[in-house]
Amino acid sequence: MHLYEQTAFELSRMLNSREVSSVEVVRSFLERIDEVDPHLKAFINYTPNQALETAGEVDSKRIGGEKLPALAGVPIAVKDNISTMGLQTTCASRILENYVPPFDATVISAIKKAKMPILGKTNLDEFAMGSSTENSAFFPTHNPWNLERVPGGSSGGSVVAVAAGMAPLALGSDTGGSIRQPAAMCGMTGLRPTYGRVSRYGLIAFASSLDQIGPVSLTALDGALLMNLIAGYDPLDSTSLSDAVPDYSARLEPDLNNLRIGVIRYDQGDGFDPEVTAAVYKAASLLEEYGARVGELTLPLTDYGLSAYYLIAPSEASSNLGRYDGVRYGFSVDADSIEAMFSRTRGEGFGPEVKRRIMIGTYALSAGYYDAYYLKAMKVRTMIRSDYEEAFKKYDLLLGAASPTPAFRLGEKIEDPLQMYLSDVCNITDALAGVPSLAVPAGLHSSGLPVGLQLTARPLKEKLLFKTARFFEEHRKQVPLRPELNFLEGRGR
Amino acid sequence: MKYEVVIGLEIHVELLTASKLFCGCSTAFGREPNSHCCPVCLGLPGSLPVFNRRAIELSVTAALALKSEVQLRSRFDRKNYFYPDLPKAYQVSQFDQPLARGGYLAMEYEGKKKLINLERVHLEEEAGKLIHAGDSIIGAGHSLVDYNRAGIPLLEIVTAPELHSGEEARLFLEDLRTVLLYAGVSDCKMEEGSLRCDANISLRPAGSSELGTKAEVKNMNSFRSVELALDYEIKRQQQVLSAGGVVNQETCHWDEEKKQTFSMRSKEGSSDYRYFPEPDLLPLVLEKSFVAELARTLPEMPAKRRERFQEQYNLEKKEAFMFTGNREMGDLFEAVAKIYRDYRNLANWIQGDLLYQLRESGKKIKEVEPALLANLLRLLDEGRINRPVAKELLAEMVQTGTDPVDLVKERGLEQISSRESLLPLLEQVIAENPEAVENYRQGKKKALAFLVGKVMAATKGRADPAELNRLFEEKIQG
Repeated sequence: MHLYEQTAFELSRMLNSREVSSVEVVRSFLERIDEVDPHLKAFINYTPNQALETAGEVDSKRIGGEKLPALAGVPIAVKDNISTMGLQTTCASRILENYVPPFDATVISAIKKAKMPILGKTNLDEFAMGSSTENSAFFPTHNPWNLERVPGGSSGGSVVAVAAGMAPLALGSDTGGSIRQPAAMCGMTGLRPTYGRVSRYGLIAFASSLDQIGPVSLTALDGALLMNLIAGYDPLDSTSLSDAVPDYSARLEPDLNNLRIGVIRYDQGDGFDPEVTAAVYKAASLLEEYGARVGELTLPLTDYGLSAYYLIAPSEASSNLGRYDGVRYGFSVDADSIEAMFSRTRGEGFGPEVKRRIMIGTYALSAGYYDAYYLKAMKVRTMIRSDYEEAFKKYDLLLGAASPTPAFRLGEKIEDPLQMYLSDVCNITDALAGVPSLAVPAGLHSSGLPVGLQLTARPLKEKLLFKTARFFEEHRKQVPLRPELNFLEGRGR
Repeated sequence: MKYEVVIGLEIHVELLTASKLFCGCSTAFGREPNSHCCPVCLGLPGSLPVFNRRAIELSVTAALALKSEVQLRSRFDRKNYFYPDLPKAYQVSQFDQPLARGGYLAMEYEGKKKLINLERVHLEEEAGKLIHAGDSIIGAGHSLVDYNRAGIPLLEIVTAPELHSGEEARLFLEDLRTVLLYAGVSDCKMEEGSLRCDANISLRPAGSSELGTKAEVKNMNSFRSVELALDYEIKRQQQVLSAGGVVNQETCHWDEEKKQTFSMRSKEGSSDYRYFPEPDLLPLVLEKSFVAELARTLPEMPAKRRERFQEQYNLEKKEAFMFTGNREMGDLFEAVAKIYRDYRNLANWIQGDLLYQLRESGKKIKEVEPALLANLLRLLDEGRINRPVAKELLAEMVQTGTDPVDLVKERGLEQISSRESLLPLLEQVIAENPEAVENYRQGKKKALAFLVGKVMAATKGRADPAELNRLFEEKIQG
């Protein structure tokens, strides 16, 4: 088995017992990147030198007998909307193509403190706006299970990096499904933490009231190990939560006795693949078999949730993206007047989906329309929150699909924004409610593509999500779930 | 036709915090451009705001000083617009849930007391500063931006449209400044831009209750220019209306050089700021006890102090205005008045010789030690020094902070007023100046002054002039 095939936990164990050095581990991943990324296009920028330097530092400290954090020397890939000091952070947009942040996001400071080598910055839909990673201004990312398929999005680059053995762990961001939906489409485990649990400082804002950074991993335990590093209060983020952080990775053994599970019943008209629905019910039966009490529920506001989301997120985005005006940094087009400079810079710097959302948001916030759109959407959001509060009176966990279908074809939905938006239908209400939600693999579809489950818990109950995901791992044939890269001659998964 | 002038002011005041509203950058004025900036106040991607508690305290204090009702729950909103001095393309401000609502300022105008009502007081962030290449914003070849100012906490105070002339607006603004200085929330320097004022001004036929179309006047950089600009704008609108024209709703720029207003941009199709709640900040929730504590520590406001000074110390109205128009001067008066009871004499000395000495030495009122001033006045009252010596000692006390009592002892400056001490000196002067003595006998008053002056010179100014006058009279005329 190659090093790049190991889980983060296993690598950490091997490093701690000095079976391998961090430089060896990082080299293995760098070689794998060289080999497969030209086909998959998961990364926008590679940072091999920096990764090897950190690895070397970890190795000499370990030789010196220094006590190191659990993941020291285990490399990681970072979504390119998370600020990294001195490293280009582009948001997959022309407008930030040459932008180099002078500061680290709080999560980056955390992984640097934990001595995790950063392998590179991963591709995404421009400013995280999209569900297929096709909206990147640079190139689309391909699904390693089938190169003709999208990996989902917007954290497609991070998810593909982990799925294809180019990184054992990655950081993604989830505004309305951007971690969970691609995780499902690539057979990975991806967590959207409770809103405020992980600092947003340094995450380039798309929709501030929804954005959350979270881990993408091969297993629940790996995700929990990364959460141990990034969760917690940050004085630099006024919306971050001050509640104590549990040890997410300790005692993850599932205990299903008396756990109350609510299976979300979807309207079959929503374009759900029957095999996906079947996988959800199969998972429910398994839980029941092992002691859980399973019921069914509907979240009647799901349709309104999607509409509310596509007003609230673009409204905030229209304001958050105003700063890209060519005056201080980033892409800039010179013109005769300041107004012309603003409009040419933004006209040429942003891609079509970003412009569409800026326009929707600008419209929704305009005088005369505010009450009908933004305000009404906020009311729906409040109602959705109480829907969840009601649901959590009856159930400890909600179970559903993480994506209504397996990965769709590249180009299939890019011309049809509404169909594209519908691919987040499973993920959006959790985001509006601010509750934690996790995608976990449920095996393979008859097409050979992975299917993902989604588990949702009460605020701050991320550990229960990891435990339950761990239960599913214990009953799955293949852990981690890895694609065969059939484009590589004579090479396995 | 006779018109009534209606003016409402929108005042912006930079708060006296050491650091900015949402980050730790310094608020110091006049530093190297763009040297007090960080990712937050530059609005770099991914940066987030965090409240400066001191700015909240100062805003609440200001609201309390203006009798504005502090809201225990208020909210911050984004005001979206594009301008190069605005790093995030939105200003974090307060829209429909301001920090404080209502309030008023009591002032006197044309001998009458009146209350000018306030609409609201709210907190927001300052923008950067544009520096235009060329003489003015109009026709500048290019502009530079300094973001040192960006993110400084700014208080916005909006008055009701209840002012009626340029002079009244200026006096209101001066009184407002005094109140804010008393409250200690801002240094209120119009020249440095820490106090700024925009005015909405309209005319309507006298007796009408409907408001006319207003123009907004900007760029008034001193109290005087507020008065000049508004008076100019009143005349301009009068002329337009008298000629049967209509006033456009527009923004006017006051040109300090040319002493006139220029139309900047028409406000028709006015900007839509697309306000919405700032998602990066939680609503501001204040504890009742926090507000109560700030109310408790709020100093007495100038209008009340003015009345009290007139009653308690029997001061003239004009004097009361003078002593309360400047918080430090009032503080000094009261500090001395506690230990020195001749308020009349104290008032005279402060407004006369003390102010003169402060101007001469460039020292500040705050540097004057009240106990020393009381000592000086007592030395004089007790006849231990004479008036000329007192003035010299005051100068020295202001300059060096030395106790006049010590100076008197050290230098033997005590007044010589006993008959036994003065008589020998007197007799010597009479003997040496027979001509002057003769003149005095014949009734020439000047001769007496000459003789007294001789003794004064011999005593280096320490002799008691009144006593000398009496003794000469007794010796020569008697």
